[in-house]
Amino acid sequence: MKYVDEFRDPDRARALTLEIHRLVERIDRTRGGLERPLQIMEVCGGHTHAIFRYGIHQMLPPEVEFVHGPGCPVCVLPMGRVDDCVALAERPEVIFTTFGDAMRVPGSRMSLLKAKADGADVRLVYSPLDALAIARANPHREVIFFGLGFETTMPSTAMTVLQAHAGRIKNFSLFCNHITIIPTLKAILDSPDLRLDGFLGPGHVSMVIGTRVYRFIAEQYRRPITVAGFEPLDVLHSVFMVLRQIAEGRCEVENQYARIVPEDGNAQALSAIQQVFEPREFFEWRGLGSIERSGVRIRDMFAAFDAERKFPVANVQLADPQACQCGEVLKGVIKPHQCKVFGTACTPDRPLGALMVSSEGACAAHYRYARIDTSALTRRVAVHPGSAPAALRAPA
Amino acid sequence: MCLGIPGQIIAVHDSVNNLALVEVSGVRRLINIAFIVDEDLPPAACVGAWVLVHVGFAMSRLDEAEAMHTLALLRELGELDEVGEADDLQIAINALSVRGSTP
Repeated sequence: MKYVDEFRDPDRARALTLEIHRLVERIDRTRGGLERPLQIMEVCGGHTHAIFRYGIHQMLPPEVEFVHGPGCPVCVLPMGRVDDCVALAERPEVIFTTFGDAMRVPGSRMSLLKAKADGADVRLVYSPLDALAIARANPHREVIFFGLGFETTMPSTAMTVLQAHAGRIKNFSLFCNHITIIPTLKAILDSPDLRLDGFLGPGHVSMVIGTRVYRFIAEQYRRPITVAGFEPLDVLHSVFMVLRQIAEGRCEVENQYARIVPEDGNAQALSAIQQVFEPREFFEWRGLGSIERSGVRIRDMFAAFDAERKFPVANVQLADPQACQCGEVLKGVIKPHQCKVFGTACTPDRPLGALMVSSEGACAAHYRYARIDTSALTRRVAVHPGSAPAALRAPA
Repeated sequence: MCLGIPGQIIAVHDSVNNLALVEVSGVRRLINIAFIVDEDLPPAACVGAWVLVHVGFAMSRLDEAEAMHTLALLRELGELDEVGEADDLQIAINALSVRGSTP
């Protein structure tokens, strides 16, 4: 596949890994030994998935650790919102449409999948435009689309609302749970126990919002950030770029994913977001609590398409099940496998917490790809100039 | 969630509603291209272009020159390494020949 396969070349990955090992040696030498591993947060769940799927975390020297960020919208959705979805879906007049990711997230009573099994009309769609098409085809039913995701997905739901408005569609509405990345990054950077040394910026969010918006991370918080693509070479290259900034004492916004991400983002997409949505004062995140201005709602002008105004929505805050430690994993306090219920009471087939549901969730990715003992691979290997660690060498 | 896949615009299907036929990995689907067209770049000018597809929308034009540039940077990093490997090999050979010459 063009523009995908080139960025998966194993020989290049090997060479790049070696460069990363050398760079870390250099940082280690100049600092006279590192007191703790360098921590790089991959903000986006897509990166978390790629890191585990391709075993990128195993290719890095032990002095570099990934901290899995909050960028999995399904994972950070609080349980109360899932209950609201189920309640909406159970209304007899409603066809509830959603992306596949959200189907298995457990609510306090049940998931959308269980609601569907019990008779609710819940339908998977590929695009919000498909939900609008269902509304056109079923004029006597109320079609609700579950709008979820960061700025990557927001323009598509905004455009769908604009089209519904232009087409005077009366039976379509959006249950808006969109969240925005910048206030979330600020909240993470402001946390008192912050230990992060750098960031991999979310590639597809950035194609919408651009790269300038991250300047505060470099300038005010003095942390390097590299906007990263999602193929294994992209991730390795971006890690290399962040480490090079650390080695050279720079804090800048760099763009590894320039083939997709323009500096200014996408003006048309931003304008669609601007027309349809406005910030909410607060939005509740699973594990992270309430973050100021981190969510959006539908503007008054499009109130007719707002499921929260069209139908009663309880919007109650619910605590996660007691055994569930999603919050601590999300904050990087513990690793997925250190959770009490990881792989026992909580598995991808029967998830207790949201991090086990989405394939982008740190726990599901860890469960699926990383349960192998890799200590032999990640043990510190002496890197002599020009020699790849044995584990990384091409088989002869 | 933020999954995006590169695809190529094959034909404009409906220029009023900004719908184009996009091929992703051999599969063709109608994709909304409203976010990547403007007055300077009408839909007809998009045929043949590579775009990033996300939930039924083309969200960004793939800049082929930038893709080549990134691949060139990756090759450079690799080449540095190959030079290093060659040096190492030479050292190893030298060590062997020294050992070989010792009685």
